[in-house]
Amino acid sequence: MRAEHPVIDVSALPGAAKPDPVLMIDSVTRSFGGLRAVDVEHLEFQRGWITGLIGPNGAGKTTLFNLITGFDRPNTGQWTFNGTPLSGLAAHQVARCGVVRTFQLTKALAKLTVLDNMRLAAPRQSGERFFGALLSSWGRQERAITEKAMDLLTRFRLDAKAGDLAGCLSGGQRKLLEMARALMMDPIVVMLDEPMAGVNPALTESLLQHVKSLREDGMTVVFVEHDMDVIRDISDWVVVMAQGRVIAEGRPDTLSSNKAVVDAYLGSHHDQALEFDAEGNPVGQTAQLAAEMHSELEAAIERGKGLSA
Amino acid sequence: MIDISTLLANGVAAAVGPSTIFFALLAIGLNIQFGYAGLLNFGQIGFALVGAYGMGIAVVHFGLPLWSGVLVGVLAGVVLALLLGIPTLRLRADYLAIVTIAAAEILRLITRSTSMTNFSGGTQGLTGYGQAFRQPSPFDNGRFYNVFGVRFLGQDLWSICVGWAVVGLSLILVFLLVRSPWGRVLKAIREDEDAARALGKNVFVYKMQALVLGGVFGAIGGIIFALTTQSLTPDFYSPPQTFFAYAALIIGGAARVFGPVIGSMIFWFVLSITDNFLRQATAGSNPLISFIDNQDVGAIRFILVGVGLALLMVFRPQGIFGNRSEVLLDAR
Amino acid sequence: MRPRPPGLVGNSKDAAARSDDLASGWFHLSVVRALVVALVGPLIVGAVLLGAAVPALASQPPPTPPTPSQSPLPQPPSEQPSPEQGLPVSGTLRNADGRLLAGVQVQVFDSTGQQVASTTSNTSGRWELVVPRPGRYTFRIDPRSVPRGVNVLQGEVVRDVVPGTLPLVVFRFGEQRGGLQTTASAEAVRVLVDGIRFGLVIGITGIGLSLIFGTTGLTNFAHGELVTIGAVVAWTLNVTAGLQLIWATVLAVIVGAALGAVTDLAIWRPMRRRRAGLIAQLVISIGLALALRYLVLIYFGGRSESFADYTNQVERNYGFISITDKDLATIVISLAVLIGIALLLQRTRIGKAMRAVADNRDLAASSGINVERVVLFVWALAGALATLGGVLFGLSELGGTVQYEMGFSLLLLMFAGVILGGLGTAYGALVGCLVVGVLVQVSAQFIPVDLKYLGGLAVLIVILVIRPQGLLGSRARIG
Repeated sequence: MRAEHPVIDVSALPGAAKPDPVLMIDSVTRSFGGLRAVDVEHLEFQRGWITGLIGPNGAGKTTLFNLITGFDRPNTGQWTFNGTPLSGLAAHQVARCGVVRTFQLTKALAKLTVLDNMRLAAPRQSGERFFGALLSSWGRQERAITEKAMDLLTRFRLDAKAGDLAGCLSGGQRKLLEMARALMMDPIVVMLDEPMAGVNPALTESLLQHVKSLREDGMTVVFVEHDMDVIRDISDWVVVMAQGRVIAEGRPDTLSSNKAVVDAYLGSHHDQALEFDAEGNPVGQTAQLAAEMHSELEAAIERGKGLSA
Repeated sequence: MIDISTLLANGVAAAVGPSTIFFALLAIGLNIQFGYAGLLNFGQIGFALVGAYGMGIAVVHFGLPLWSGVLVGVLAGVVLALLLGIPTLRLRADYLAIVTIAAAEILRLITRSTSMTNFSGGTQGLTGYGQAFRQPSPFDNGRFYNVFGVRFLGQDLWSICVGWAVVGLSLILVFLLVRSPWGRVLKAIREDEDAARALGKNVFVYKMQALVLGGVFGAIGGIIFALTTQSLTPDFYSPPQTFFAYAALIIGGAARVFGPVIGSMIFWFVLSITDNFLRQATAGSNPLISFIDNQDVGAIRFILVGVGLALLMVFRPQGIFGNRSEVLLDAR
Repeated sequence: MRPRPPGLVGNSKDAAARSDDLASGWFHLSVVRALVVALVGPLIVGAVLLGAAVPALASQPPPTPPTPSQSPLPQPPSEQPSPEQGLPVSGTLRNADGRLLAGVQVQVFDSTGQQVASTTSNTSGRWELVVPRPGRYTFRIDPRSVPRGVNVLQGEVVRDVVPGTLPLVVFRFGEQRGGLQTTASAEAVRVLVDGIRFGLVIGITGIGLSLIFGTTGLTNFAHGELVTIGAVVAWTLNVTAGLQLIWATVLAVIVGAALGAVTDLAIWRPMRRRRAGLIAQLVISIGLALALRYLVLIYFGGRSESFADYTNQVERNYGFISITDKDLATIVISLAVLIGIALLLQRTRIGKAMRAVADNRDLAASSGINVERVVLFVWALAGALATLGGVLFGLSELGGTVQYEMGFSLLLLMFAGVILGGLGTAYGALVGCLVVGVLVQVSAQFIPVDLKYLGGLAVLIVILVIRPQGLLGSRARIG
């Protein structure tokens, strides 16, 4: 499949230039208190590729997603989409430009029907304006939107659920719905934050096929993932982050031999035996490690805007 | 000893009366804000105040005709919503709650301030703005009319007719809005702001529109009620009134078009009956209930509303008729 | 994952490191001792201060501190009195020096405490108003509207109004205050001290509000009622049971702590267990506030009632400042309590646990802290602080009186202060409340006295526009 793209000679150094970058990021930093969560000097995403973004917990992947899509504000830096600057735009403006994201914890709108979730995402609806809702005849546009929504739901095998509340869907179906919903916006770049997380293994394969089909449709896909096998399977290019920085990038098959990646990914603790006491509680360095992991997780959740209610 | 037929007749009269109309309009506004958009406006009574006083002051002090006074009142509601929304709508929900309740209290303090007596009438209140309202009335102001066994004074009957017409129009407007794509975005924002943002919706603008629209309903409620009573007193617009409207909304069911109106009718029916019952039961030389003072009955209404509101939130947040799966508020 | 309330101070790493220390039986007597010392110690200091003042009880009338907004019951729409049928009552306000007092507000309350009318005296000191029907009424002068330098000797008169007569109500006014020529700088110091005193009182109550928010995420709209109930309990012990006010307050603080703990156990802990949403909890706290406020009204009545002690005090001159003993005691007690709270948070196990829970509830729980116990303690502490704050508020700001709505008017200022400082922070809450207190007193110099709480509320809106996270809050916490 990778052969569909001209084999391009791209150096595998962090910040490598791509022949036709759709997204370009320059010196973006974001700190929380004293912690520098993201510190990316330069990064390009090639048009039409599936780019996997990997790294250990707290590496700054989700924060980078939040920054690019306008859900968070950087301390410094700028980035462009198709040559036009995106930095400083609000989240909804970024989405309207064609850079559409999904979330690690799915945000299916539980009290809306599956079909309404889909229709909601359609851009430029005259009935969405206050006076448009009252004065314009949005019925015809609504029918067109519904048709498109049903097509997409059929493609994602959710058409039978169209009338159900989205809250009734299973975890994997919500991921599918979120992906289908993003497609309602005719995006150019789709940014998927851990699309496989919490998904029943039986559904993983079909999800992967759907991600690949996005590339077939000419979209650029950037996705965050932990599972190396998944990354190897579908991505054209992999970017590795650790402690907020891009430490390596390259073809998926070359990465497992990269020393920096192995160290970062498994941590410097990877050769150390884990110690537990009789009750199964971690002790010594292991306890420290567990506490660190825990606080990183918490910090990640906090950054992920768990408080937005 | 307890006159049940009078109790019921009073209850029915209350359920269609000016108070029901007033709180139905406040609750229709809250329904847009709280029910559909998830905004916590705890100062709805402040919107009623600016509506009523906007109209009253425009007519009394600036000599405007009543219709333009009404317009001024509605505009005042819009302005208040903008002022309160700009600083708070980007923040977490409880900031709006605190700011709106504070603003309503500020407005009440200003209108009752002695320094404003020449303008708002201070604690004396304001009268003389609404004569024009009763001119087109087909009813004889001073006469009693018998409508389905309940007696209404002619001037009240006119207010009630106008009030329910306004409520009806408001419901049509709400119905059209919430079934439109606009209403869909509002519900999406209530469910998850970030999801709505990720789908390209300008959340701030929608929240602002909801706040303004709900505030306008509050202002219209204030205007209609001021036209009914023909006098304005600042202390009528005190914070608990907002929570009466919340109680009505939650009884009828938030995020349902008819919820606020049905809720308001039930609310005043029940309140009128308990009020009258307690007054009868505690009156006389040998009262049925001796442990409550006849004069405390007014306070008991607030206790009932408070306890009722809390219990509804705990046990039936979906309202009396709602379906458990439609509970809107558990996600936060 | 449940949304987590913002933290107080400290960070997660700290919390994890502290876990050993906290895990094993942190909740014991030392905690109770810390609480008692934090709360009662300053009271004793205050007792000494006030005790010294008792012999000096005023033969001369005190300057009347302003009272807060009197917001009477909303009148049920159907029962608005019609002025045409009422009975007129009138009077003329004349100061002891013969000056006629204009612009003074006179309010009338019926026997249920509902305000039925109010008016303002005209330039010849004359006022006139109408009560709806015959009966016994309380006529009261709004001390906030009395011109500076005029003392109210008798500002409240109870009178039976009967048809057929034209009752006159006479209020008595005293000598001009002190007779000293006050300079601008002395005036400035006075206002500043007034503001700090008021700010400290707001702070004492506001810290509880902020701690509850920090540890549970609840915006407790019933916090004002904790203040009112605390003051009413102290008043009952003081006036009805005849206990000296200091001991009445000590007992009331214990009752307040118990009340706080009981509300948590009876209402909020079950709500948390049901995983009730924060907005649902907020609405419940509103319902609770409404019910409690009017229960207090039924028990206590709608009038202001005086404490039995320290009502009449003269200002003592300390050279640079003249201040009454009770105001001075208020400042000293508040400061001592606040220092006690700071020590509690920094030094004691329970204090560290409170910070840990506020910072990160789940991490704290997984570090072996019994979160529910910490929250219970926070509620008890908040109840105790609210009670103490209520007594001090009544004593120093309401002219030694208690009112059933005192808590609500304070609540809005607490919110203003707590948001100004950063919602959920303990020290921020204190700073914010101090600023609000000073602002209220300073603004009263420039705007009409009955609008003086406006400044405090207006700052709330201003701060949200320019720095929504508050002075000491962090950006990430405001969602």
